Amino acid sequence: MIPELGHFALLAALAVALIQVIVPVVGVLRARPRWMEVAVSGAQAQLLLIVAAYLCLTWSFVTRDWSVAYVAANSHSQLPLMYRISAVWGAHEGSMLLWVLMLAGWGGAVSVFSRRLPRDVLALTLSVLGAISVGFLLFILLTSNPFDRNFPVPTDGRDLNPLLQDPGLVIHPPLLYMGYVGFSVAFAFALAALISGRMDAAWTRWTRPWTTTAWLFLTMGITLGSWWAYNELGWGGWWFWDPVENASFMPWLVGTALIHSLAVTEKRGVLKSWTLLLAILAFSLSLLGTFLVRSGVLVSVHAFATDPARGVFILGFLCAVLGVAFLLYAWRAPSLVNDAEISLMSREGLLLLNNVFLVVAAAAVLIGTLYPLVVDAFKLGKISVGPPYFNAVFLPLAAPLGVIVGLASVIGWKRGQRGELVRRLRWPLLVAVLTSLALPWILHRQTQVAAIGGSLLAVWVMVATLEGIWHRLRNRDNRWRGLLQIPRGVWGMSLAHFALGVWILGVTFVSLYSIERDVRLGPGDSVELSGYTYSLIDVQGYAGPNYDADRARVEVSHDGKVVAELSPEKRRYRAQGSVMTEAAVDHTPFRDLYVALAESLEGGDWALRIYYKPMMRLVWLGGVLMALGGILAVSDRRYRLERAAQRSAVHAAEAVA
Amino acid sequence: MRIRYLAPIAILIGLAVLFVFGLGHDPREVPSPLIGKPSPDFTLRLLGSDEPYQRSQLLGRPVLVNFFASWCAGCKVEHPFLMELSRRGVEIVGIDYKDTDADARQWLGAHGNPYARVIVDVQGTAGLDWGVYGVPETFVLDAAGTIVYKQIGPMTEEAWITQIAPLMGAQR
Amino acid sequence: MTLRHVFAGLMLGLVMVFALPSMAQSKELEGADLDRYQGMINQLRCLVCQNQTIADSNAPLAQDLREQVRTQIQSGRSDAEIIEYVTARYGDFVLYRPPFKRSTWLLWVGPFALLLGALAIAVSLMRRGRQRREATAVDPDRLRKLLDEESR
Repeated sequence: MIPELGHFALLAALAVALIQVIVPVVGVLRARPRWMEVAVSGAQAQLLLIVAAYLCLTWSFVTRDWSVAYVAANSHSQLPLMYRISAVWGAHEGSMLLWVLMLAGWGGAVSVFSRRLPRDVLALTLSVLGAISVGFLLFILLTSNPFDRNFPVPTDGRDLNPLLQDPGLVIHPPLLYMGYVGFSVAFAFALAALISGRMDAAWTRWTRPWTTTAWLFLTMGITLGSWWAYNELGWGGWWFWDPVENASFMPWLVGTALIHSLAVTEKRGVLKSWTLLLAILAFSLSLLGTFLVRSGVLVSVHAFATDPARGVFILGFLCAVLGVAFLLYAWRAPSLVNDAEISLMSREGLLLLNNVFLVVAAAAVLIGTLYPLVVDAFKLGKISVGPPYFNAVFLPLAAPLGVIVGLASVIGWKRGQRGELVRRLRWPLLVAVLTSLALPWILHRQTQVAAIGGSLLAVWVMVATLEGIWHRLRNRDNRWRGLLQIPRGVWGMSLAHFALGVWILGVTFVSLYSIERDVRLGPGDSVELSGYTYSLIDVQGYAGPNYDADRARVEVSHDGKVVAELSPEKRRYRAQGSVMTEAAVDHTPFRDLYVALAESLEGGDWALRIYYKPMMRLVWLGGVLMALGGILAVSDRRYRLERAAQRSAVHAAEAVA
Repeated sequence: MRIRYLAPIAILIGLAVLFVFGLGHDPREVPSPLIGKPSPDFTLRLLGSDEPYQRSQLLGRPVLVNFFASWCAGCKVEHPFLMELSRRGVEIVGIDYKDTDADARQWLGAHGNPYARVIVDVQGTAGLDWGVYGVPETFVLDAAGTIVYKQIGPMTEEAWITQIAPLMGAQR
Repeated sequence: MTLRHVFAGLMLGLVMVFALPSMAQSKELEGADLDRYQGMINQLRCLVCQNQTIADSNAPLAQDLREQVRTQIQSGRSDAEIIEYVTARYGDFVLYRPPFKRSTWLLWVGPFALLLGALAIAVSLMRRGRQRREATAVDPDRLRKLLDEESR
């Protein structure tokens, strides 16, 4: 009964979404405010219905209803409650439901928080979001219904993929989808602007917080995914340039470019058509990612169960949505060109350069990801494009960004003075040069050119960002007071830029100074790796809720002192017999000690994999701080003030009416 | 409407064409670089004996070389068709890949033996030289010992009719 | 991201193992040889896996290839010779770093060509702005403000 209710709620949501698409557009064409208003109630009703459907599926998981095929395929009687709830998005069908839930959530949020928008713009925006929703609801109902029944009913479920039975994976997909789907709002705003032909400073102000919010969720989602892969796969890596990772990284790069070009468009009124294009592209790449992950055209570690019918549907839908968007763009965007000047020696000039590098970097990732398919299509054989390619190509495209960040934090809008640039940046540059020369030697007693280069870039970004803050306080009598008066938007930007420096530092050291060893140890044996002694104490079996595991105890000592006891595990999940590695990590801000248990060898020995990873934490910290920067920027009072002002304006207007 | 504003839609169309191709294509099937090259040299022994068998014994007539194993699920799928082929008089040489003699004999006893000769490759060294990555795999050799075709995965009636039979016929 | 593995793969005897490979055999290599070994197995693709290097996979084929790399390094073969060995058997597909050749030059050159093109466009944009400014001698910002006010 409950699954049928869920199915029905989805059907009803589809009907509502259709109304949400058509009625407001007709309203705009005929200038009927009441019809436009339907967009708001439609978005909210759709959200309620999809929440209901989602809860129905969750209920089926919680109550272990094996008569629902999707539940039976992705849960098990021994699966703990937390994972029964997260199993809803553990495979294709349910994760699509999560997708539309997020989409409806964003639509609902727009309908609530954007009442200040002109009626027609709001109506068009929600109508576009409704159209995307229609597509995905149809996709779910026609090809991937999570409520399909199973007959005969199995006696137990087939279990959730053990890889997903990890706290990191419980929150990773929702965050990632929030980001992916969140770019649909900027997309809808862009289409509304193209349709209505209006794109003024107000448009950019509305779009900015939504874009930043989506971006910060995507940042957290990617960071968490990386952290999960590091802990769960046991390969000691944190980024594999796998097609699925690339699928999330491309919208991130373009979204980052969009955030910056929005700033230029708001402040200087230039790059309008470019900003619109980026808003469309960011969401396009989200859709593209969905297609790549679920159609099976590429081989990925993370591939979903694939089905050509699904691939065909998403491809058709993607072409329809993006085709309309790009045609509208080709038709309307040329009229948005304006004549304002952009000088290279200005913040907008540098942000334009930033956009060039970010978008070309995204294009490089796209080229690398799809190239095997291209070669195959032209019958030139089969090739693989992997980490060696991406590292070689991405690095030179991304490194200039660090240089630009430092310069742009100092230079002003319109026309910067070269003299001022030199005067303000000579100290940061000096600090960066000295630190980078010393850092690799101090930390590792071994200097490499790459390490100096990476540190130079990282410290440069950090110090130049601090200089930007310092500069705002230069004429203050009370500097502490001055700190409080800096707008949160500036704090957010500075924090995100500083985080980039932290991240670069982490990446530099962890990629250059990591050490890995495969070792064979018996109980009582020990091995030394870069100053740390790892002793295997014993390996014991234990039974988890739905798995059996071998757990090793490894004592790590440094200079004769025990610094950590690590317990890497090797688990065997009962339902499908799949074997998983649970790495154990001891970390300080400066280094990770990482131990993974491979397998038992003859004579009671075990094969272990040991890594020493310096500065690994800085990579995650960088991601987290970037997202925090996003939160700060979104909470800037100018967005709130404006909302309050708008609200009172609406009240006033209503009072007059 | 200026041309450069049409660039996004042009790229979209290009990608769509690419993906339509991709949807009808298995990305995991890797063609062998050995096609058109002489088959790799080997000296192995026959199943259940010490009698050696080497590359030169495959020469002089077109022949199918089929890598199989008792532990391989796909092999069971193709097995009835291999039996059918051997009844039609096609010479199939089996290479038992990473298997034990006992298991292989039991498997052949249970399912029938379509092979003119069964060679054992316990270590998988021949498999490595032939570029085998997922048994079953079937190589078509011409009389000169050149590899003219490779079937990855189970042999099917369709592959036989459309690809292999014409090649074998042409070689005969 | 969520994972679920392709069923058809099982038919081909493909292996989906997320268990960690044991590579105790690499103990016999030391110093520069060990570094070469690690570098090599981290850029060769395991053909039967989803998208993994032979270093990260426990599939039998990955084990065999690691063993090959190890013995070939021990017998003094160069990296180029080892790569020649694997590509002769499995093709360029096993290389995560695609070689530069006719079918891949666009892959290697494309991103940088794009960068040059994009930089050229950006620079021309900046230059055009300046020329206009010199030609009209009207402050475009003031103009914009005026226009904005007018359109309001």
